[in-house]
Amino acid sequence: MNNSATRRTLPILGQAPVLQSADPPELPLEALDTLWLQVTGTLCNIACKHCFISCGPKNHQHEMMTVQQVRTALDEAARQGTREYYMTGGEPFLHPAIQEIITMTLQQGPLTILTNGILIDDTMAAWLGETFRTAPYSFDLRVSLDGYTAEDNDSVRGKGTYRRILAGILRLADHGINPVITVTEVRSGMGLPEERGAFLQFLRDLGLSQPRLKFLVPFLIGREEQRTRGYTSAELLHVGDLQPGEEQKLQCSSCRMVTDDGIYPCPLLINIPEARMGATFADGLAPIRLAWQPCYTCHVFGVTCRT
Amino acid sequence: MEQTVQTLDTAEAHYSIAVFGGCYNNYLALQATLEDARRRGARAIYCLGDMGGFGPHPDRVFPLLWEYDVICVQGNYDHSIGNRLADCACGYTDPRDNYYAQISYDYTLAHTADRYKDWLRTLQPSIRLTLGDQRLLLVHGSPRRVNEFLWQSTTSEPFLQKLFTTYEAEIILCTHTGIQWQHQLANGSRLVNVGAIGRPPNDGRTTVWYALLTAYPARNQVACELLPVNYDYERLAYEMRQQQLPEEFVETILTGWWTTCLEILPARERAQGRF
Repeated sequence: MNNSATRRTLPILGQAPVLQSADPPELPLEALDTLWLQVTGTLCNIACKHCFISCGPKNHQHEMMTVQQVRTALDEAARQGTREYYMTGGEPFLHPAIQEIITMTLQQGPLTILTNGILIDDTMAAWLGETFRTAPYSFDLRVSLDGYTAEDNDSVRGKGTYRRILAGILRLADHGINPVITVTEVRSGMGLPEERGAFLQFLRDLGLSQPRLKFLVPFLIGREEQRTRGYTSAELLHVGDLQPGEEQKLQCSSCRMVTDDGIYPCPLLINIPEARMGATFADGLAPIRLAWQPCYTCHVFGVTCRT
Repeated sequence: MEQTVQTLDTAEAHYSIAVFGGCYNNYLALQATLEDARRRGARAIYCLGDMGGFGPHPDRVFPLLWEYDVICVQGNYDHSIGNRLADCACGYTDPRDNYYAQISYDYTLAHTADRYKDWLRTLQPSIRLTLGDQRLLLVHGSPRRVNEFLWQSTTSEPFLQKLFTTYEAEIILCTHTGIQWQHQLANGSRLVNVGAIGRPPNDGRTTVWYALLTAYPARNQVACELLPVNYDYERLAYEMRQQQLPEEFVETILTGWWTTCLEILPARERAQGRF
């Protein structure tokens, strides 16, 4: 194992320096199957303590994408034969044109939106339910809820968010949408089978007849670095680390992320300026280097941001 | 592995082929499907793979495939069983899906004779046919990956167009998802997911599905029908219980609703089921 690493000082909102592998594996883009869109940049209605890109009401590191930027990205993705779309932020439902963006995207392919659900009022839930039933492609929502108790969730998401997120989930369910509940394992043991079982039972008791769950491990960057710890210099990938066949399982072999300021390999790396691939779509078709600390988590835990 | 390339003699007024996938050890549905295909005049019969999994008595499938001269593509299950691997490589990502998939796989691996395993290992990953004036490509999951799921609600037209162009076919036939559908682009290219004959498609009915393609040379046309097949599902359920397969599997056969391997379903397909 080669533990050599280059320390880069990046002036990002006072975050700690990011370590970069000196000899990272390279990963070609097999196909642009999945396009992520950072529709609301780093702007969010809440400021979670585990957010790996430190989103919040005042974080303008990435601004909202304009409708025209989204349209351009969709046009370019169509030319690449892109199969599916994901939207995230920040909180996508902060975007004033989110309905137009959703409608436009679903004309072209299936769409999943990552949200905390808090801003989805009854009118929006009704519109989303109608869209789910009538869109040409599958329309999915992922609502993040980091625990089935207020104690677990609110300790990282903010006081009162548990209750407000549950209210959003129930409004969606009332209008025929069964979201995937996305859980970041903010406490040790949350991903164990008995805890998963308890979470599923909690969702059934809530009234969700087909509970869907996705667990994610935390990425030790952004605010999470302060909540728990940051990566060490040993937590980097080097040439030869990937297992046979692993390239195909890593989402970055078949996805790219578009933001207001250009294209990145994946949703995790948008606050690392040196990970930016360029301003145009064509720049994003190049191979990437798995040089960054979050790459280590995807490798070790087999994480995929796909549903 | 050599790929079969066939040009079918379609000089007659019409010429039909049957294409099915996903036997899942369901030899009773296989028998019914083969008889139905013959009755409808299919001149050749193709199977897109996954002979094992889910049902009882894996070895009862193979003599039927051979008796009817079925030309077979290798599915992910066939590759795993043929090579005595540890799991089915179905492509599931959720632990609940993998839990039940492993039960099926362990049962099938333990109850498939070596000579059938060896045969599964020899199957080809794809078949190319010319039917009428159409180039057909027969695969298990997708042309590019044996365990890729092509669901109706998540397969975009730009993606389909790329597949037709890259793999130089007008008609692509696949299975793997277990739910049948077809879609034709404006330029006439068509993807046909033939569904599965081993398990009903989560629609609350006990019938299973396969595809019949008919070339009409005079009209330069190839028609594709997705056809339901009835079989003795109660007998299958009885035999599954005799083999002590999970009651959840039996329930699917008896009710037509999927009870396992649900997490892989896209939102729309999931909403159409009971569980």
